[in-house]
Amino acid sequence: MIPDLVREARRAGLAVGTDRALAFGRAVEVLGPSGLYWAGRLTLCGGPDDIAVFDGLFRPSPVGARRHPVPIGSSRGRSFFGAASSASSSSGPAVRVAASDAEVLRGRDIAELSDVERAEALRLIGLLRPAVSVRRSRRWRSSSRGSVDPRRSARAVLRAGGEAARLSWRRRRSRPRRLVLLVDVSGSMSVYADALLRLAAVFVRLRPRWTHVFSLGTRLTVLRGPALDTSDIPDWKGGTRLATSLTAYLRRFGHRGQARGAVVVIFSDGWERGDPVPLGVAMAHLRRLAHRVIWVSPHAARPGFAPLAGGLVAALPHIDSLVAGHSVAAVSELARVIADA
Amino acid sequence: VFASPDELAAALDGAGYLPDPGIATAGFLALRLGKPVFLEGDAGVGKTAFASALALAAGLPLIRLQCYDGIDAAQALYEWDFPRQILHVRRCEATGEPVGDLYDRRFLIARPLLRALEEAPCVLLVDEVDRADDEFEAYLLELLSEAAITIPELGRIAAPAPFFAVLTSNRTREVHDALKRRCLYHWVDHPDPEREAAIIARHLPDVSVRLSVAVASAVARLRSLDLVKPPGVAEAIDWAAALSALGSDSPSRESLSAVLKVREDWAVAAAVLP
Repeated sequence: MIPDLVREARRAGLAVGTDRALAFGRAVEVLGPSGLYWAGRLTLCGGPDDIAVFDGLFRPSPVGARRHPVPIGSSRGRSFFGAASSASSSSGPAVRVAASDAEVLRGRDIAELSDVERAEALRLIGLLRPAVSVRRSRRWRSSSRGSVDPRRSARAVLRAGGEAARLSWRRRRSRPRRLVLLVDVSGSMSVYADALLRLAAVFVRLRPRWTHVFSLGTRLTVLRGPALDTSDIPDWKGGTRLATSLTAYLRRFGHRGQARGAVVVIFSDGWERGDPVPLGVAMAHLRRLAHRVIWVSPHAARPGFAPLAGGLVAALPHIDSLVAGHSVAAVSELARVIADA
Repeated sequence: VFASPDELAAALDGAGYLPDPGIATAGFLALRLGKPVFLEGDAGVGKTAFASALALAAGLPLIRLQCYDGIDAAQALYEWDFPRQILHVRRCEATGEPVGDLYDRRFLIARPLLRALEEAPCVLLVDEVDRADDEFEAYLLELLSEAAITIPELGRIAAPAPFFAVLTSNRTREVHDALKRRCLYHWVDHPDPEREAAIIARHLPDVSVRLSVAVASAVARLRSLDLVKPPGVAEAIDWAAALSALGSDSPSRESLSAVLKVREDWAVAAAVLP
């Protein structure tokens, strides 16, 4: 019975290793068959998402099992390596572009490119190696200047047999600042969203632990893994409910700590179908949490651009910088803005 | 000591904590299997309170480590007492005694994790582990799976008796799976209104049953709204205490300051409260 349940749990997508399976067996031994549900739940699950999956194995739900928050966009269980096909296809059509052509391509609007040119533009974005924004950590590292490092200095004294030795110095270490990328994937944005997702993938590869990527559409979806495959986004090229999905982000992730002190980048044209007021409220909340809020609009570089889209007007007072994101050059400029934030 | 989860539940009840079946089973398995418990859930659902109640119920001392960003081995595990070592060397110079081993246990300052290990049996509470950075999680791995710490200069220190660890997280970030794998995992939900009313009555014996039931159902209603920070059990208790101090017998808008601490939430809540 136990191996069956473990096998079923694995099939349902839970990461059950031998150690977890073993713990499960021991728990069942202690609790007896009537404790099967709790024994399994306590040992085989590793997060609220897992609990929902596990409860699915127990139908009808046993007495005592309660409701659990089902995560928004529960597109869990994606393999980290599952998206290899999309990575290889990007290098598929071999395009030979002379250096001057690449320079021309850099400045052109991504929406106006042919498929082959667009693939090349995305490849160029994938080659960016941006710097990352840093913050000062509370941890120390030794240094030639700074303040006296009592621990190392004392060790030196001990090594010298109690004689006063040379002092050691220390400074605060710096750590990468958390980066949150929220990408609008509605129909009007999909061409540009591809480009920004490519940039997001670069940041994820550079700093996997410090980068969080979400798609905003009719709902909020967490994007994981190095390739950020768009096939994981259920509402890709769908409508936009910017305020709703941004509020969902704040409730579930942002306010709880992820956006605190982070650099938050929102990529959207700001077309909000409904009332723009909730978006303004959500943006103000985000601004209070984040270190920097950067809004990227694909249209910001157009001649005569004025932020007239309803959502953008509401968001504007709560933005630190408004950046264009329509071409390869603009995206690399955006990477620089993120690094300097 | 406890023969079943129900027996532990009764003991926790006696220690002033009203457990649901899930958390009682988690505590029972922790005591029986010697496995750490990893509790995750919203702020104010009683994760920390569970650890102190477990210690009280099992009759063990509680050792607490509060995590924060940048906490490192010197604050969590151990630190060498350099001033003492230097003074020892000086004294030996003056008296002519042999200096002996300077990396000896008596020159070691035990921080909470090492203390818990040495003072076992005890309950170790590692609070808000998600606030620490992920380097810190690595310090916990050996401690939680082997009940031992290796100090390079001294060797391995193992716990003389089993010790029971409770880790809590508010889920501000995902804790590494290597850590979770070593633990029993439990998601702590808000209690249902009946249990919450009982918890309020337990903490505030002077409050009328009517008021605690009214507060519990009002808090449940607030949690169903779209709030920035839904109130926890601690806020529900505060609210009941505030209402009782005001001499009121039902939740009112005026006393919201005990429950909601985000300005935007006030407007949302005021619309549904009398």
